[in-house]
Amino acid sequence: MFRIRLHGRGGQGIKTASRILGTAFFWEGYEVQDAPRYGAERRGAPIFAYVRASKEVINERGIINRPDLGIVADESLLLLPVADVLGGVTEHSVLLIVTDEAPGVWKKRLNLKGRVFSLSSKVIVEEHAGFPLVGAACVGAAARLVGVISRKALEKAIREQLRPLGESIIGRNLAKARTAYDQMEASAGCVTEREEPSADSYETPHWIDLPFEEAGLSAPYIHAAATSLKVETGAWRSLRPVIDRRRCHRCGLCDIYCPDGVISLDARGYPHIDYQHCKGCLICLIQCPTHAIKAIPEPGLRAKRHQGRGR
Amino acid sequence: MIRKLLTGNAAAAWGARLAKVDYVPAFPITPQTEIIETIAHWIDIGQMDCRMVTMESEHSMITAAGAAAATGVRVFTATSSQGFLYGMEMIYTVAGWRTPFVLVNVSRALSAPITLEPDHNDVLAARDSGFLQIHCATCQEVLDSVLLAYRLGENERVRLPVIVNLDGFYLSFTREPVKIPDEKNVKEFLPPYDPGETHFRAGDPISQGVVVLGGSQYSYFRYETHYASLNALGVFEEISKEYEEVSGRSYQPVEAYRVEDAEIVFFMIGSFATKAKDAVDRLRKVGCKVGLLRPLLLRPFPVKPIIRALAGKKGVAVIDQNLSLGKGGVLHAELSSALYGATDSTPVLVSFIGGLGGRDITREEFYEMVAVTRKASETGEIPPPRLLYTAEELMRMKGLQSIARVARQKGGGKS
Repeated sequence: MFRIRLHGRGGQGIKTASRILGTAFFWEGYEVQDAPRYGAERRGAPIFAYVRASKEVINERGIINRPDLGIVADESLLLLPVADVLGGVTEHSVLLIVTDEAPGVWKKRLNLKGRVFSLSSKVIVEEHAGFPLVGAACVGAAARLVGVISRKALEKAIREQLRPLGESIIGRNLAKARTAYDQMEASAGCVTEREEPSADSYETPHWIDLPFEEAGLSAPYIHAAATSLKVETGAWRSLRPVIDRRRCHRCGLCDIYCPDGVISLDARGYPHIDYQHCKGCLICLIQCPTHAIKAIPEPGLRAKRHQGRGR
Repeated sequence: MIRKLLTGNAAAAWGARLAKVDYVPAFPITPQTEIIETIAHWIDIGQMDCRMVTMESEHSMITAAGAAAATGVRVFTATSSQGFLYGMEMIYTVAGWRTPFVLVNVSRALSAPITLEPDHNDVLAARDSGFLQIHCATCQEVLDSVLLAYRLGENERVRLPVIVNLDGFYLSFTREPVKIPDEKNVKEFLPPYDPGETHFRAGDPISQGVVVLGGSQYSYFRYETHYASLNALGVFEEISKEYEEVSGRSYQPVEAYRVEDAEIVFFMIGSFATKAKDAVDRLRKVGCKVGLLRPLLLRPFPVKPIIRALAGKKGVAVIDQNLSLGKGGVLHAELSSALYGATDSTPVLVSFIGGLGGRDITREEFYEMVAVTRKASETGEIPPPRLLYTAEELMRMKGLQSIARVARQKGGGKS
């Protein structure tokens, strides 16, 4: 069974990417199970999705603990322990990272034993066009790396999954997927189905008897107020809204529409964005009547580190 | 028949579409699911001919569903977790009206604390309501169960509403290959609803939900409803044969997977049961005689088929993805009462609580549950209920608690 885990941020098309990959396997005669996993459904939040594909009926279910292929559409997730991108990644696992750094750099930085491939992060910048292409690029590369998906099945899957979006968007996604597919030609088939350990020897789970603890400790409270301020949701952004004061008419619509309340107006009525907490949903950009807000890609991982924001 | 990848949500919507439902009352906001969104889209593009009305709450939605079903039309509705509980008063009420319709519930764990992923405490809160309950393990089962549920609930010996339950995320958002039956085959299996004597229309009014005082008449009506629920077991067996003829898929009130020669049997409901199936296959490869017994029908509870299937077994690992606070696992209690005194030698029952709030149950944990149950059957010493929870998990919890306490020391008590 192929077990593939995709990591990205809400809005990058990770769910769609998992469905394209699942559909492509399906067209190649595989039994398939694909699913996204997210918490609160918000643009920019870390999400993951997974795809299982097998020639036999799939009874496994839920999260993939030991992926054969891990896809990382946003390199900043590698800095977030909570995203657990490397969970269960072993020397058998292949990693595909959207990054401008060389695979070797990542291998060393994360002490990875398996193979690492990279895809240029230029695809994220092109998302500015209003639809995610990074997912298509990842899927194209992944389809070639598993080695059992033909270009024809890949294209059919993209067409099927993106049909409601129209020919123009399908065309751009196809182009991105094809380029990535071709880019991985030399490594076709390097992702393989892991041998399953036999059931007669297994690591006994470390079950414990949960101790009783008094309500002062065991009730689900955090003993402080305004704790959400401590969560730097600004790290979720892949695109940053920037206000051009020369074009701003101080109408305040951005402040009204901001779903997270991170835009405030100063004494003169000019809006300011709290970048520690802005998730980059870009609703302000869509609402601004004078087009005074534009989106720029967030700086890459190294720049973020220099700003001291990585943890 | 076509076979394609569908989520559990889409499979439920396909069930409603193929059942040619007339009316869909729906609360349209969270925690509503893509089931209603999908049906709304089909109505919008002319692929489904039915009336959808959005309601201001699940309480009203379930009331509307029962009221519409009383006029003799076929009704479908759906909800999830907190929304399901918000409608709980009417869950009990419409069952008493004896109006058949299908309600799909997407199971998600209940607050507090707030979470998103599934367990079965939501749907089990309706265990004693009079609604029949079908619990699904795959997306295919979701579609098929909706169709079976109409035949079951509409049967003149039953006349009760039916909950079709699927697990949030593990089925609702998960795509699997699903065979969508042809319309003509479904039509053959599921003709339009004939309400008979329970029919109600404006020109021929009847009064429903009448008042009865003193307890005697109340006892009569409640026990009749109980009989109707019990009847559903036999009816399910009949209609599933008919469904097999048109679909090629056979369902039993209780699925018995490799149980026949098994010594140790898993007993559980819902989608995690496929994980148990996977563990059964792997254990069988190394000569371990295990099986899985999974009730599809939870109400009525298929007592006799369960007794038959477990006769002569050494031990049963009962896995409850729910917790009756102050008692324990609900299935464990149900199974214990079904088996008590039923046969000369009852298998040992070991209670496991696992998968609360969607916590994963790993393959190794399934193996270990077999080992623990086997040991209990050999020694006769039954261990106390076991929460599937590891030392590593408690360590992470302690880490979180230390953060919460640091917050208290810094800023607590001042405001």
